[in-house]
Amino acid sequence: MRYLVAGLIGAIFGLGIITSGMANPAKVLNFFDLAGSFDPSLAFVMAGALTIAVPGYALIFRKLRKPVFTPNFNVPNNRTIDRKLVIGSSIFGIGWGIGGFCPGASLPALGLGHPTSFLFVLALIAGIMLAQLIQKARIFEHSASAATPISLTDTTEEIQDHA
Amino acid sequence: MTEFTPLVSFAGGTLIGLAAVLLMLSWGRIAGMTGILAGILPPFGSDMRWKASFLTGAVLAPLLYEATISDIAYQMPVSLEALIIGGVITGIGVTFGSGCTSGHGVCGLARFSRRSAVAVIMFMSFAFLTVFLTRHIF
Repeated sequence: MRYLVAGLIGAIFGLGIITSGMANPAKVLNFFDLAGSFDPSLAFVMAGALTIAVPGYALIFRKLRKPVFTPNFNVPNNRTIDRKLVIGSSIFGIGWGIGGFCPGASLPALGLGHPTSFLFVLALIAGIMLAQLIQKARIFEHSASAATPISLTDTTEEIQDHA
Repeated sequence: MTEFTPLVSFAGGTLIGLAAVLLMLSWGRIAGMTGILAGILPPFGSDMRWKASFLTGAVLAPLLYEATISDIAYQMPVSLEALIIGGVITGIGVTFGSGCTSGHGVCGLARFSRRSAVAVIMFMSFAFLTVFLTRHIF
């Protein structure tokens, strides 16, 4: 049941992505092309999403002590604006501008069956795994001196970090 | 050129926002694709199963929609090389930046996270800059 709900929510997300135009790289790149074939549609996607998510989250956090299926809300509590966040996000922007896909759009795009979206997702996964390898190497250095088990470091980082 | 679609795009956005709200309500989690996709890759975490379910729905729904209702516009304006390079760079960036458009852009901004606001400003600025450079300078 819990997993069926997760799947249905994923389906809503996927439908939102494809109807919004986010899964069409031409549309995304035109949004970013202010000096050329500018198409402002994607600003309306963000506006639509926030119109629902801002009051929705506020209501949930105010009214509910816990989510329906799990014991507590698991939201990122890391508040530090560090180099990793700034540089990582900048790198993502460059990748988005080159390929025209953000991760959230590329996965639902797979369902449309175009070979180019599969190619993008494979490259995306390669990039994620490469970055994880680099991160792991660094975590290993730190935890060796602090004598913290690697797995523990990993979990904390995942919970705090993934926004 | 692509057609300007303010209403349809806004409607699609509300579905994305609705998905984010429902996931927080049911599972207490952020609907960020970076974290969800990373969850089904090694090292597998304990929450791999809901993430795999979410992804299955996110891929199957467009497939069913296109098979039964109507075709979805899809145009790939960049070369295969650019697509692959863009994909790898995107994967590296979202991992170090701890999130993408869904995680920082929708969920992060919706809960007024300053980290997410900074991330959104950075990735939007660099995407505008990159497209300007690739389309008008080089």
